[in-house]
Amino acid sequence: MKNRIGVYICECGSNISDYVDVEKVREAVKDLEGVALAKITMFACADSTQQEMIRDIREEKLDGLVVASCSPKLHLFTFRNVAERAGINKYNYVQANIREQGSWAHSDKPAEATEKAIRSVKAAIARTRLSEAMTSPVISSENAVLIIGAGIAGMRSALDLANTGTSVYLIDRDHFVGGRTSQWGEIFPTGESGLEVTTDLYRQVMKNENIVLRTGCGVVSKAGSVGNFDIRLKITPRGIKKEAAAADGFAERLEKAVDACPVFVSDDFDFGLTSRKALQPSGGRMPELPAVDRENCTLCGECAKICPGIEINSEEAYEDIKVGSVIVATGFDPYEPSKGEFGYGEIKNVVTLQQFRRLIETGGNRAGSGNGRRETLVYGGNEIRTIAWIFCVGSRQTGVLKGDNKYCSRYCCSSALHTALLARKNFAGIKNIHFTRGVRTYGKMETIYEESSAAGDIFLQSFDDTAPTLSFEGGVTTVKVFDVLTGDREMEVGADLVVLVTGMVPRSNEGLGEIMKIPTGRDGFFNEVHPKLKPVETMMDGIFLAGTAQGPKNITETLNGSHSAAIKAHSLISGGEIELEPTMAKIDRNLCEWCGRCLEACPFDAIDKEEYEGKKIAAVDTSACKGCGMCLPVCQENAIQLTGFSDGEIISMIDALAE
Amino acid sequence: MPRILVFSTEKISDPAIDLAGLLKQHYPPTVYTISVPCSSGIKPAWIIRAFEKGFDGVFIAADGTDCPFSPTCTEKTADIVAKTQVIMEEKGMDRARLRMAAICSVCSEAFVKHVSGFAKYLEGSD
Repeated sequence: MKNRIGVYICECGSNISDYVDVEKVREAVKDLEGVALAKITMFACADSTQQEMIRDIREEKLDGLVVASCSPKLHLFTFRNVAERAGINKYNYVQANIREQGSWAHSDKPAEATEKAIRSVKAAIARTRLSEAMTSPVISSENAVLIIGAGIAGMRSALDLANTGTSVYLIDRDHFVGGRTSQWGEIFPTGESGLEVTTDLYRQVMKNENIVLRTGCGVVSKAGSVGNFDIRLKITPRGIKKEAAAADGFAERLEKAVDACPVFVSDDFDFGLTSRKALQPSGGRMPELPAVDRENCTLCGECAKICPGIEINSEEAYEDIKVGSVIVATGFDPYEPSKGEFGYGEIKNVVTLQQFRRLIETGGNRAGSGNGRRETLVYGGNEIRTIAWIFCVGSRQTGVLKGDNKYCSRYCCSSALHTALLARKNFAGIKNIHFTRGVRTYGKMETIYEESSAAGDIFLQSFDDTAPTLSFEGGVTTVKVFDVLTGDREMEVGADLVVLVTGMVPRSNEGLGEIMKIPTGRDGFFNEVHPKLKPVETMMDGIFLAGTAQGPKNITETLNGSHSAAIKAHSLISGGEIELEPTMAKIDRNLCEWCGRCLEACPFDAIDKEEYEGKKIAAVDTSACKGCGMCLPVCQENAIQLTGFSDGEIISMIDALAE
Repeated sequence: MPRILVFSTEKISDPAIDLAGLLKQHYPPTVYTISVPCSSGIKPAWIIRAFEKGFDGVFIAADGTDCPFSPTCTEKTADIVAKTQVIMEEKGMDRARLRMAAICSVCSEAFVKHVSGFAKYLEGSD
């Protein structure tokens, strides 16, 4: 039994101490039997505090450690390492969760949160007293990673991993890779087009023999756990034979086949500004092969008659893969304003930022004005000169802006100003009037704001209590706002086009979150464990996040996250082994009378029979036991204990919590 | 306020309970948690001990179909509940003081709803 336990109660800055009276907790536990010292720390996880703990353990000859702080999901391993570094067994450390299950859950009742924290710490101390020194078993892990989403984030992570020798399955539900980035023209600050960047990444992917790329592919199911995930993929056929596409004259035949296709659908690539056929050529996207849109194809067969190699009737296929880790890089959707929100869907010259990006990319919307002058921007048959930009549509929905998206989408102020400058640069006579709620062009992107101001763009601003209003009368669209920059004067602008600066929302992902069992936050994006300490890890061991699946990011930030996710996955699985918890069933040979119920209950065939002092008893195969404990409750003789979860430990916790 | 002991599972229901805190989804502060690897490994004796020591209710936040160990987890956990309820009845306890529900890793709202409703029941106001 441990008799010299060190107890550290963390304030977590003020995350805990704002609601839990940590001094009261310390007072309540400092004189408990087995406690040698009890301290309050501002940040238990800080390096200096860890050093202090190590010193205390050595100088005070501590034999157990309790830290009352955040969820063990966050810092269990941190403090186990502290214990190990100080020379005590890491399983003589117990963490009491007084933040997620204490101060945060009960921030409405501080006194009760303090009472709960006291009991939780007492329970942790009781468990530590009975804790045993243990050694971790090691399992083999697949040095392979599934990356879901072949946009810029997924392709970057795939290349990072593949370059270290890890096998990568890179999948995308679309038939073309590149995701959102491939939809953008010139991007800041390099001036390349988004399509150029994603095409370059795609070519690197295709050259890398460690990467298997599957397009038209989604995840159907996931089984297993970290190190050994069993994943079933569903692959929707592209509908084109690769070898046929390489034949002479294919491009001409394809063009005629596309002309013959009778199905028109709104083109998502252009955010609905244009339409396309059910048989869709790559249009410069990668892979360069065309694809049959099976959701909309009527299977009329007209295209196949003209262009051999088109297979509209091919079947969906399934593939089972085993991977050690998964990276989710499913990206974002642009916010879709509801009908009538700032005139969207009701006033015809109102578009979103993303639509406008495509508008300035699609040649069909330009009208040459000749004589060496720049082209004129045309939308809906009308020349566009004055553009009103309304910021924060679908983001920062507070005050008069109704909606659930309280977050800032980060990228849209910079993108809008950059796009407005592109419009100025590429088309004649453009005037930009920005209706902002405060411009957030952080970091290097401030230079865009500077350039925009210098170029003559006009900035008007409102706060939470007012918002721009739109009206359409006599063929003129007017935007009005009470401008705080001119002392709340009402300003009015007649606009040829209104661009709603729409932010990011979580991409629809067909139940992927449910399949992978990774949580989402209040904003609906996939949630990391901790924004600073575990910024790409999810609550599910071995599953990581990259890019805007996690929340709004610009391209640079997306790539930073992709590198991080790749490194985390690599460091977890590339060694071929993962250290697991030593939790295992243990048979009390004297109590066991062999009834066989434990054998029936065990899902891993980890129970065998052996002879012991003239009787048959159960024996645990320690290489097969996964520590689930399913054999415990079926034993009539109570002859099985689970290491780390023994009767003594559990009952001591129950008693401490009930005290 | 009734005291409830929750047996939760490290991989599946613990993250949901943590998520409830992260999202400031409040539930009664007299709800305490003990984590175990799997809900199918809970001994009836532990549950009975909790009642004997003064807990008003025990809630098993089960792995359900998400169990990383076995697809039969739900049935096995339900069997533990049924056996324990027999013991409870023998001891003259209300069998409804023991409840179970599958709480997946993202089921924070479901957890809050379950334990809040359970607390109301135990208070006699349900």
